[in-house]
Amino acid sequence: MTLTDEPTTAEAPVKEVGNARLRKEDARLITGKTTWTDNMVLPGMLHMAFLRSPVAHATITNLDVSAAKDRPNVVAVFTGQDFKDEQGSIPCAWPVTPDMVNPGHPSIAVDTVNHVGEAVAIVVARTRTAAVDAVEAIDVDYENLPVVLDMETAVQDGADLVHASTSSNTSYHFVFDAGEAGTGSDTDAAFRDAEVTVSRRFVQQRLIPAFMEPRSAVVGVQGDNYTLWSATQIPHILRVMGALTTGIPEHKLRVVAPDVGGGFGGKLQVCPEEILALLVARRLGKPVKWTETRSESLMTAHHGRDQVQFIDVAAKKDGTVTGLRVRLLADMGAYLRLITPGVPALGAFMFPGIYKFPAYRFECDGVFTNKVPTDAYRGAGRPEATFAIERIMDELAVELDMDPMELRRKNWINAEEFPFTTVAGLEYDSGDYEQATQAALELLGYDELRAEQKRRRESNDPVQLGIGISTFTEMCGLAPSRVLGSLSFGAGGWEQASIRMLPTGKVEVVTGSTPHGQGHETAWSQIVADELGVPFEDVEVLHGDTAISSRGLDTYGSRSLVVGGTAVVKAAEKVVAKARKIAAHLLEASEDDLEFSGGKFSVKGTPGAGLGIQEIALAIFAAHDYPEGIEPSIDAEAAFDPVNFSFPHGTHLCAMEVDTETGFVKIRKYACVDDIGNIVNPIIVEGQMHGGLAQGISQALYEEAIYDADGNLTTGTFVDYLLPSAADLPDFATGNTTHAATSNPLGAKGVGEAGCIASTPAVVNAALDAVRHLGVEDILMPLTPERVWRAIHTGGDGGARAAEGSNAYGGARTTESGYEEADK
Amino acid sequence: MIPASFAYARPTTVDEALQAIAAGGDDVKIMAGGQSLIPVMRLRLAAPETVVDLTKVAELRGVREDGDSLVIGAMTTHTDILRDPLIAQYGKLIAEATETVADPAVRHRGTFGGALAHADPAGDLPAVALALDAEFVIAGPGGARRSVPASAFFVDYLTTALDEGELLLEVRVPKLGEGWGVRYEKFNRVAQAWSIVAVAAAVRMEGGRIAEARIGLTNMGSTPLRATATEQALVGADVSLETVTAAAAQAAEGTEPSSDLNAQADYRQHLARVLTGRAVRAATGL
Repeated sequence: MTLTDEPTTAEAPVKEVGNARLRKEDARLITGKTTWTDNMVLPGMLHMAFLRSPVAHATITNLDVSAAKDRPNVVAVFTGQDFKDEQGSIPCAWPVTPDMVNPGHPSIAVDTVNHVGEAVAIVVARTRTAAVDAVEAIDVDYENLPVVLDMETAVQDGADLVHASTSSNTSYHFVFDAGEAGTGSDTDAAFRDAEVTVSRRFVQQRLIPAFMEPRSAVVGVQGDNYTLWSATQIPHILRVMGALTTGIPEHKLRVVAPDVGGGFGGKLQVCPEEILALLVARRLGKPVKWTETRSESLMTAHHGRDQVQFIDVAAKKDGTVTGLRVRLLADMGAYLRLITPGVPALGAFMFPGIYKFPAYRFECDGVFTNKVPTDAYRGAGRPEATFAIERIMDELAVELDMDPMELRRKNWINAEEFPFTTVAGLEYDSGDYEQATQAALELLGYDELRAEQKRRRESNDPVQLGIGISTFTEMCGLAPSRVLGSLSFGAGGWEQASIRMLPTGKVEVVTGSTPHGQGHETAWSQIVADELGVPFEDVEVLHGDTAISSRGLDTYGSRSLVVGGTAVVKAAEKVVAKARKIAAHLLEASEDDLEFSGGKFSVKGTPGAGLGIQEIALAIFAAHDYPEGIEPSIDAEAAFDPVNFSFPHGTHLCAMEVDTETGFVKIRKYACVDDIGNIVNPIIVEGQMHGGLAQGISQALYEEAIYDADGNLTTGTFVDYLLPSAADLPDFATGNTTHAATSNPLGAKGVGEAGCIASTPAVVNAALDAVRHLGVEDILMPLTPERVWRAIHTGGDGGARAAEGSNAYGGARTTESGYEEADK
Repeated sequence: MIPASFAYARPTTVDEALQAIAAGGDDVKIMAGGQSLIPVMRLRLAAPETVVDLTKVAELRGVREDGDSLVIGAMTTHTDILRDPLIAQYGKLIAEATETVADPAVRHRGTFGGALAHADPAGDLPAVALALDAEFVIAGPGGARRSVPASAFFVDYLTTALDEGELLLEVRVPKLGEGWGVRYEKFNRVAQAWSIVAVAAAVRMEGGRIAEARIGLTNMGSTPLRATATEQALVGADVSLETVTAAAAQAAEGTEPSSDLNAQADYRQHLARVLTGRAVRAATGL
């Protein structure tokens, strides 16, 4: 036979892992030369648009869609009544306690609405414009019910209820007690015997993931087979859950996540709109598309964070910490989505941070409110925990009149103590907090900035300077399946990979870890180039299509490289093992006499004789001459299930200028040194750090989802839901220390969330350090200039922001008709 | 979002534009760059019957001199302004404010006249125009011209003296040359955001004293405002930190700013005082 493409014979570089490769996927992603879900056009495709509730809590007393049905190009209009018997409930895969209350989550409201933005009717039309126009012709009457917004009120006896079917607004009460778990001593005793205690209430404001590509879903129909293209992080989980929810048999449902433009946890979801697209396509037997607008996304895609944290620390006068107690109120929103209840529970294990607390107790109430559900958002539980512990370590330092770094140093796990089992029962595998700290102090220029801080303080400069510390760790690389099982998580944490050796020597790598911007194609190519000794360019990475990648658990929790990358390594090892038998046969040598290096099998002691793995791929494709008793293939697949999480750590330092006249805060310098284990691609790592830092800093300074007293989302556009751009952020001085993870052969720890988890407390600690001498003890996030100014000049924590009024488009606010101009 | 359907006209001359406006029906919106109009239409806050797009009306674009005045065509883009040599020489206050408008993409399409006719008090240019006592040259339905001073142009929130069927042609501002110091002091949370408060200051100094002071306030009410009390306190005063600080303390007098997510009214008034002090100090070189 003739092949048009000769096997590549170019020598692969000595080592790809560690090489700062530019990302091979970026050209097409950045220039849009790819098919995003909203680019999909199927023959005869119809378009869906939603009428969404303008009220936060109400009974639907009348819903008249007849006028909308008469609008031009409208094919059908559906309401909750049309789907009430087949829509089931959006699944919740993480029942954190056996008695957790889950009232069920309809994809489209049937009788009542429980948050602004909930779907009430669906228009299906031949064009998107026609669908949007016809939505305006739907007539709905609502009878308002009491609106539940504030968690501390919602958990009181006799509080108004979000769900009439439940006896309270508390979904669950989750407890982790180290004394009871046998991982620590009695917490009550620790506080009883404490020489010093510090108690604080911190607020994790509600955030919106705000991915770049809006959510979008297209459903194709082929007889009783359905294909769902979706801008999702989790095609594999979505397939299983979509099948279970709609009743479409799993083998009749294919899910494809094409190139996806960001997620940050916001697309780790089984979205009501995805389920409704399937139901509508099945009902009509026609392909349908739905793509959200930005306002729709901000209002209806799940939010993140939103906790009230009560945290107490006990210590000796010399600074040795003796106990930690945490009580959380976690806002679930109106419903439980995929892992809504699990996010704060995941955080439970991270509150002790890097410190050797002997006693620890954690309690969390999951609370229903009339807001959009919360769920995963970059860090998911761990930023909240890191914030609380890193903030209260500073508070304890103030109480004890100790240097905040000295206090940390006194209590953190020393390098020689690894592996170390924490009071929360986690085994931290490796690291060196002192080394990272020293490097970060040098990067920041700590001593000089402290001297400047002193000068500014003494001269009563209107611009004060502060330095904030966050010495953090996190658990990621989700995750050991057995551990997830013990936490009642509804799935495992393994990952799958397969490698297909093509006749021309090219390599297809199929990964179950579905990227949405992280750079898997580049990193996996580097790994395979090293493992198989083939050129980087000869590797193609396939992902996101359940028909191609049949097994996988997708991308979240900084798991891709740690778990998915390791699966690739394991698959490659199998390819080499299979090829070795064929090489031995063709080279007429014993397998034991072969060595594999640089992509080539050679016979020990016989220079010159050898056979490349890419040549073997062709040989086994022809299959004219191969050993008996083996299959004619060197393709292989592997699954990997780690035995432990991985634990990146680092020291983040923020130097902050605070203009005491206006309250404006400005980051003067930010330095961080992170230990994320071995690095496959330094550019990808740097990018992840920068993006994570931007998001963590943004929680501290800019972002907050605000609902007004009626439950309208005031921050309904990017004018009011404030995101920073590069112009608003400082240069980041980043560095790494390297202590390989022991739980995977790559030695990687995961970097996707580190910057986001670590940075928020560093920023807030820095601002407080700048103005603490003026009597400021806390400022609510985000640190708006107004809050900072009020905290400095009138005391307190800056107070609540106005919940109404907007800079957007003449004070536009949500109303029954969508928007109206506010009086101004 | 998707705007409601509308008719669209793209004239190439002022006369054609006036005819298109007259023929456009009951609800005509003039698009002079679309950086405010299109978002409002996409949110369906506005659903005009006809949009008259002025992008191709070349005669409305550009900056020229006329004696002691600069004449700025309504369709001059923000980017044009920033690149214009006459503006660089005589219109530094306009340039400083224009530099802070949104981001490069918006400045590339958004226009000087469009921003003024939109009359958003949080916009940066209305306060500058007011501080400069700009003259607004307006064409009426039959082609008749009239001129309106800035003090009468900004009527209310998003409302100007422009009547239905009228078109803003150009804006005349005095050249600020020798002796003038200017500063646009903008306060916002992120670079691309609207002002929470901003202060436009132009001060002429003569022999160590302040001879003229013009101070415009952005987002301190439903229209741009002048800080009249501060202006009066400055004129005739010596250029010193004490006089400037004392005068700036009066900057919020008579203002009734709104409260919103970014700032409540009392904080806005505080900012107006602080920023006025900073703007005047910078303008006077203190």
